Amino acid sequence: MANLTINGKTFTLDVEPDTPLLWAIRENAGLTGTKYGCGIAQCGACTVHMDGVAMRSCGISVSEAEGKKITTIEGLSSADSLHKVQEAWIAQDVPQCGYCQSGMIMAVAALLNEKPKPTDADIDEAITNICRCGTFQQVREAIHTIASA
Amino acid sequence: MNKHLSPKMNRRAFVIGSAAVGAGLAIGLDIPFGGPAVVRAADGSPEIGAWVVIRPDDTVVIRIARSEMGQGSLTGLAQLVAEELECDWTKVTTEYPTPGQSVARKRVWGDFSTGGSRGIRSSQDYVRKGGATARVMLIQAAADAWKVPASECTAANSVITHTRSGRTTTYGKVAEAAAKLTPPADVKLKDPKDWKLIGKGVKRLDTVDKTTGAMIYGVDVKLPGMLNAAIKDCPVFGGKLKSFDEAKIAGMKGVKKVVKVGDTAVAVVADTWWHAKTALEALPIVWDEGDNAKVSSASIAKWLAEGLDDAQPAYVGNKNGDAKAAIASAAKKVEAVYSYPYQNHATMEPMNATAIYTADKCEVWCGTQNGEAAFAAVLEASGLPAEKCDVHKVMPGGGFGRRGQTDYVRQAVMIARQMPGTPIKLLWSREEDMAQGRYHPITQCKMTGAFDANNNLIALHYRLSGQSILFSLRPEALQNGMDPVAFQGVAQSGDAAFGYSVPNLLIEHAMRNPHVPPGFWRGVNVNHNAIYMECFMDELAQAAGQDPLEFRRKLMGNHPKHLAVLNAVAEKIGWDTPAPQGVYRGIAQVMGYGSYVAGAAEISVTDGSKIKVHRIVASTDPGYIVNPAQVERQIAGSFVYGLSALFYGGCTVKDGKIEQTNFDTYNSMRINEMPKVESVMVPSGGFWGGVGEPTIGVAAPAVLNAYFAATGKRIRSVPLRDQNITFA
Repeated sequence: MANLTINGKTFTLDVEPDTPLLWAIRENAGLTGTKYGCGIAQCGACTVHMDGVAMRSCGISVSEAEGKKITTIEGLSSADSLHKVQEAWIAQDVPQCGYCQSGMIMAVAALLNEKPKPTDADIDEAITNICRCGTFQQVREAIHTIASA
Repeated sequence: MNKHLSPKMNRRAFVIGSAAVGAGLAIGLDIPFGGPAVVRAADGSPEIGAWVVIRPDDTVVIRIARSEMGQGSLTGLAQLVAEELECDWTKVTTEYPTPGQSVARKRVWGDFSTGGSRGIRSSQDYVRKGGATARVMLIQAAADAWKVPASECTAANSVITHTRSGRTTTYGKVAEAAAKLTPPADVKLKDPKDWKLIGKGVKRLDTVDKTTGAMIYGVDVKLPGMLNAAIKDCPVFGGKLKSFDEAKIAGMKGVKKVVKVGDTAVAVVADTWWHAKTALEALPIVWDEGDNAKVSSASIAKWLAEGLDDAQPAYVGNKNGDAKAAIASAAKKVEAVYSYPYQNHATMEPMNATAIYTADKCEVWCGTQNGEAAFAAVLEASGLPAEKCDVHKVMPGGGFGRRGQTDYVRQAVMIARQMPGTPIKLLWSREEDMAQGRYHPITQCKMTGAFDANNNLIALHYRLSGQSILFSLRPEALQNGMDPVAFQGVAQSGDAAFGYSVPNLLIEHAMRNPHVPPGFWRGVNVNHNAIYMECFMDELAQAAGQDPLEFRRKLMGNHPKHLAVLNAVAEKIGWDTPAPQGVYRGIAQVMGYGSYVAGAAEISVTDGSKIKVHRIVASTDPGYIVNPAQVERQIAGSFVYGLSALFYGGCTVKDGKIEQTNFDTYNSMRINEMPKVESVMVPSGGFWGGVGEPTIGVAAPAVLNAYFAATGKRIRSVPLRDQNITFA
């Protein structure tokens, strides 16, 4: 059993302590917006926020996540409005297949929290998610659009 | 029509849909006494021809048969229908008919397969007619109600107007009446100059859910009582499953069942996938690997190299004059050998499918590029007839050709069959996905060019040795043993025609098929053919002492469309003006999938091994462009996929198995490595070419040619990581 705080809600989940947070979120908490891509913290599809920091949830165990504030893509927007990154993604038509975009959006949201006006170099350093469709150009443009708003 | 489809359809069953997850549509047939049939969508709204449903609130539902997998065809196809329908674009939504419904209705939606950059180009004519047919019926219904001739009525933005009286009505109001009319036998399509929506970069129709986590991919499908399966197939292709020791994992948490899947694989079924995967990793498995376990990359390379020898048999794909004789007597000749490795598709979402099987029914939910092939796989694996099966397409997390295959669909059904009544979601681990790919085929190529005393290219011999995709996947499409697709980009004619005139030309393929299963990988054979041909063109230009662009131009007089895109790229990159200090350029062109494309790169190289790509320019002439914003994204994406393969890709074989296991050993480009791609769209009209794939062909050769310009060194094999060359 583990108690996890996800998107402001407490979940008591029947999981072993070494279960990766990703699978506890997807299979036990039932929040499937966070995606499995590699399982070895390479691709970033599973990126969530832990106490506001972008983390790859496939590489974090449930026991490490207990007591932390976890935010997934489902918890990024407020009840009545989308997060500015989601809005920019829609305005810029960023996603192609979209599978990596939950993680991409979470990584970008964390970057903008830390640096509201990131330079290209900041983006290059912070955004290391894999996108096989190749949406990088639109990702970069959307970040700059938010920063200049 | 697929040979697996049963001809014994239950035509009397008039409700053939499913209301389960995955946004399937249900269709009912209304057969009132004495009147024509009205076909209804799941919510009761009438169908106006097979492609359009109009709801009372004026919502326009457009049916899409091809698969959306990120390439944007869903939006483009809707634009094609809406253009002729004259509907309000803001009221358009889409839905997928299921393959089962299609079969029951004599394939009214045509081909479902989505590969070969065919989504739009192969369906544009009949989907536009679908839109036009519905428009004619809606106008007729309004005219009938007003008792005026239909010729006095016009339609725009979902509003029908009687021009003489000024009366108006909406599509939603006349849809019921329109649905009862007999569709016109023939409809006239608009002249392209009158298009309003085609050619416009409207926003995609499927974006919002991709930004909120709400989009359901195959991996996200949930059914009541569902269990999860993890699978391991024999890592040596062609090998078999010998035994497994189920007792060793019997007590592990969540494990429900361990099942054999065909002759080659074993799956663990558990409450969660994490439990299934954990147990599978602990399961002792013995494989019968067979002779293929002796095969390695080195043994394959040796076998392919032998195929480069003229004494070995080869299929001739393109020929004029006598290349061998001309080379033998030439003043000067140039020769080079290139190679291209296996590549994994590495879609972001690993392969998966969810199946439920009972004696009466088998249904599958999955991302697929070919709904009908998936349907045929369900029939075959379930042993049930067509009317008892269906496939519900959900969003795939990437396709790139991999999801045109149905191995994972078949596996899911084979597992579900062993647990009747329990829905089973089968998900491959990334490691399984890397080990069980349908890989970009492996080839080598020996090219010989010959010049006369005035440095004119008089002969070219292009001898390809290596794997045929058709031999493995579609042997019925071979032509007397020859794989015509092997010549993509260097073919005599057709939608992937060679763009140079050489007086003595011989292009041939020594087919050699290693045991590693090949597949259609974004760009398919254009990838290696364009690298070989375009890099060798640069070598020939160098041997002739000429500028690479000028050298090409002289050979392209009879190929004006190839030349036009090359010129467009040259102009945009500024070929005639010097590059910035320390920056070097490369250029390439090819034709594939009915489109003419060219690309140019500006790069700098540090220490001979660190490449920074500063600029990419790419041009395309696909005839017509439906949505320029999506075309631009496909071009940029194709460069990311193509350059990832060039720099980081390459799957190697050891002991008969693929060595790469995950993104740490099969890496992919990140945002810091990719410059903006500047697209130059030069649609010349009169034909329909593809978009998703063609430009990938010029990605690698443009960069490789720039690398030579920067360093004076030719790179003749892929990936660059094997030569310790990487991004700066």
